[in-house]
Amino acid sequence: MSDIKGPPPLNESQRSLGYVVPNTRSLQSEHDGASCDVAVVGAGPAGSAAALVLARDGWSVCLLERGSYPGSKNMYGGVIYPRVLDGLLPNWREDMPVQRWVTRRATMVMTETQSLTLDYRTSAWGSPPYNGATSFRPELDRWLAGKAVEAGAVLVEATTATGLLRDPSSGAICGVRTDRPDGDLRARIVIACDGVNSFLAKEAGLYKNLDPSNYTLGIKEVLSLPSKTIEDRFGLSPGQGADFEILGCTGGIPGGGFLYTNLDSLAVGVVVRLPELAASARRPEELVTELKAHPGIAPLVRDGELIEYSAHLIPEGGLDMMPELVCDGLLVAGDAAAMCLAAGIWLEGVNFAIGSGAAAGEAASQALASGSSNARALAGYRDRLESNFVLADHRKLRRAPHLVLSKRMQLSYPQLMCNLMEGVFTVENPSPKPGLTKLVLREAKRSGVSLTELLSDAWTAFRTFG
Amino acid sequence: MDAGVSFEDRMATVEFTIAPDAHIVVDGDSCRGCTTKACISACPAGLFVPTSDGGVLFNYEQCFECGTCYMVCNVAGAITWNYPLGGHGVSFHRS
Ligand SMILES: Cc1cc2nc3c(=O)[nH]c(=O)nc-3n(C[C@H](O)[C@H](O)[C@H](O)COP(=O)(O)OP(=O)(O)OC[C@H]3O[C@@H](n4cnc5c(N)ncnc54)[C@H](O)[C@@H]3O)c2cc1C
Ligand code: SF4
Ligand code: SF4
Repeated sequence: MSDIKGPPPLNESQRSLGYVVPNTRSLQSEHDGASCDVAVVGAGPAGSAAALVLARDGWSVCLLERGSYPGSKNMYGGVIYPRVLDGLLPNWREDMPVQRWVTRRATMVMTETQSLTLDYRTSAWGSPPYNGATSFRPELDRWLAGKAVEAGAVLVEATTATGLLRDPSSGAICGVRTDRPDGDLRARIVIACDGVNSFLAKEAGLYKNLDPSNYTLGIKEVLSLPSKTIEDRFGLSPGQGADFEILGCTGGIPGGGFLYTNLDSLAVGVVVRLPELAASARRPEELVTELKAHPGIAPLVRDGELIEYSAHLIPEGGLDMMPELVCDGLLVAGDAAAMCLAAGIWLEGVNFAIGSGAAAGEAASQALASGSSNARALAGYRDRLESNFVLADHRKLRRAPHLVLSKRMQLSYPQLMCNLMEGVFTVENPSPKPGLTKLVLREAKRSGVSLTELLSDAWTAFRTFG
Repeated sequence: MDAGVSFEDRMATVEFTIAPDAHIVVDGDSCRGCTTKACISACPAGLFVPTSDGGVLFNYEQCFECGTCYMVCNVAGAITWNYPLGGHGVSFHRS
């Protein structure tokens, strides 16, 4: 195959990868020893973006999804930043499923009884080019996978990839096993977009070690409320949405909380780091119940009727936990490669999945055109990630997860900031008002933070976010 | 508070298509010696239940397929974890 220079025209048997009709539950029918050029595992945002790019370049692509349809297995907090699609699907604004356009973004710090909110609103985000939108994953992922199918990818639903196929002589990956009878799917390249647990990346040996402290569990409730009630409570016009990120609401377990507005429901939940969750012996859903009962949140969620409870893991370690990204015949993208950017007030995974999936698709396309699919031919993937936002943002925010999940950020600072504001705003006449410096020193001491720590964290924060 | 929402009510909002076979298998013998029993409190679906003889009872049917249990378990071989047969298991709609 080494003499192939560009994407070969598809022949009839490649075009009609008819064996993938889901209810036949069989994947047989091979072409030149390969059922397709590329097998993409997982029709989440990463997989669909990769499949879309490859299908457009004319390669035969099989997109495997274990759910009965794309998105059915997927949950997230609720806000997508879709401008990453501008290059890939310039007309995304016409038909992407949107609940509300986010025009209000608030960061809240809280203690058991207090809360302090930095609240930013702009109507500009409510019109093109837009910024963030709330959207349901079962709708969003299905839509994006549909775009890959329109471009010519073959979507195989209700099919789990159960392992990797390797070439017996070279050891290179040359396809996947699936849970269908006769379910081996041979491919010149496999792209693992199989999400946070990525058993394919692990089987390929791309993860050196598995440290649970790099992972958080997200637990979420969706609460039904009339859209008018949501607009009144959050001060929104029809179509506009709000996005709240919360620190200090997880009972001392490193993590955070969120509250997002859909059209006629709210998404409320927490994200907590695994080892500390386990050590605390707290029930995950109780943490959500506590957040909903907080005086700063309760009036916003009151009378919301629970319509869906869900849970999912997040890779939070960023750059420090990323696996090797390629080996012979395999690329890894999205959460499977820990591309999710989760740093406190940032929880962006879908756009990073799309960005990395598209880059993986481009690199695979280039390798196929060169006639090789070994690790060297696929190395262009990392270069693409380095030159687009994916690894640049991860590098910039490398220290953020550690900082945001540190004990001082989780417990001491929310307390310090809330007490400080309480001190500033409490009128204790006939006593005169205390000076601000005195207040800061008093509250720092009360929350057990030394001046050195305060300055050192401020410096880290400046270097991280500045 | 949401005193009305019991754990069962929560789980009743989730759709599951139950696969014929268990995708996660827990080895009760390994669990008897486990000191943390971390799975019991951490599993968001509450699928691990302690037994009176110091073991753990597990039911796979209402699983989110999240992976928390194998991540928090420190006993090698106690949990054998796979995804359910394609098209089975949890389905989300509004998440
Ligand atoms: C609680 C929570 C809140 C979040 N909030 C946000 C947010 O507000 N905004 C945001 O942008 N991101 C958020 N994220 C992160 C975001 O959800 C992920 O980063 C993103 O979904 C990653 O996309 P992906 O395509 O890599 O993986 P996934 O979306 O996980 O998709 C993987 C796909 O592969 C399929 N699959 C897995 N294994 C196999 C297999 N063996 N065979 C076949 N198919 C398989 C799965 O069914 C799934 O469809 C949040 C995550 C969580 C858990
Ligand atoms: S599954 Fe693991 S954590 Fe749970 S009781 Fe058994 S050994 Fe302990
Ligand atoms: S995968 Fe998640 S929901 Fe399923 S048993 Fe394990 S912890 Fe519970």
